Amino acid sequence: MPEFSSLEVGQVVAEREFPITRDSLVRYAGASGDFNPIHYRDDIAKQVGLPGVLAHGMLTMGLSIQPVISWLSGSGEIVDYSVRFTKPVVVPASGEALVSVVATVAALNEENSKARIDLTTTFEGNTVLGKAQAWVQF
Amino acid sequence: MLNPEIQGKRYPRTRPYIIGLEKLREFSGATFGNTSDGFVVPPTFPIAIQEHSLSLVIADPEAGLDFSRVVHGEQRFIYERQLVPGDELTSELEVASVKSLGGNHMVTFNTEIFDKQDKLVCTAISTLVVRGEDA
Repeated sequence: MPEFSSLEVGQVVAEREFPITRDSLVRYAGASGDFNPIHYRDDIAKQVGLPGVLAHGMLTMGLSIQPVISWLSGSGEIVDYSVRFTKPVVVPASGEALVSVVATVAALNEENSKARIDLTTTFEGNTVLGKAQAWVQF
Repeated sequence: MLNPEIQGKRYPRTRPYIIGLEKLREFSGATFGNTSDGFVVPPTFPIAIQEHSLSLVIADPEAGLDFSRVVHGEQRFIYERQLVPGDELTSELEVASVKSLGGNHMVTFNTEIFDKQDKLVCTAISTLVVRGEDA
């Protein structure tokens, strides 16, 4: 279990890869209630000028925090989590889109035992989230 | 076309949403999280509650928000406390800002989520980019 006192700015605390398939998108649509067809229908995605079926931005946001949750294993709570959606994740009809997440300690607030963890989420060599930051209360 | 006049508009409180344990587990699994007993409530789950408030904006003829032209720009969740299964939550959305950027609009919604005791639990801040008619 991580302790606040042992954290250092710049330290990588978690890394994980996520294979996103069409199944993942259908599953997320059901769980979240976001049934926008651009997340599962190629014809509609094409019609509105997209490069293909896209992962829900909120799915990318949701999975990007998971390595941090695993790392914390209950030793801290996420009190603030924000992202910008900068690039889409195109998910092929068969096969997978591989998304990687690296979580790094970016700032420490000694007074109230809070740490800012920055997330770097990449797909095909590009970061897909900007300013992805989570404040953890230890 | 999005009506810039809706800046500052507040939408009515939504009906209560009771958080079910199995719904949380389903959401956790769908975001590649743990689903075993004692799993952590997914930090992005309030999006499902924000959705109820957002649907009021989409249904509001004054707002003119064409959802087929919407791209999600930014999202943030600020927590006063963690959500727990059984929480009975309502939400209230305010249009924080409407900005024009080229032919596009950027609209930011602040959705406050309250528990049964009317205490603020979480604020969900969502910025949507609405593509212009000829974009």
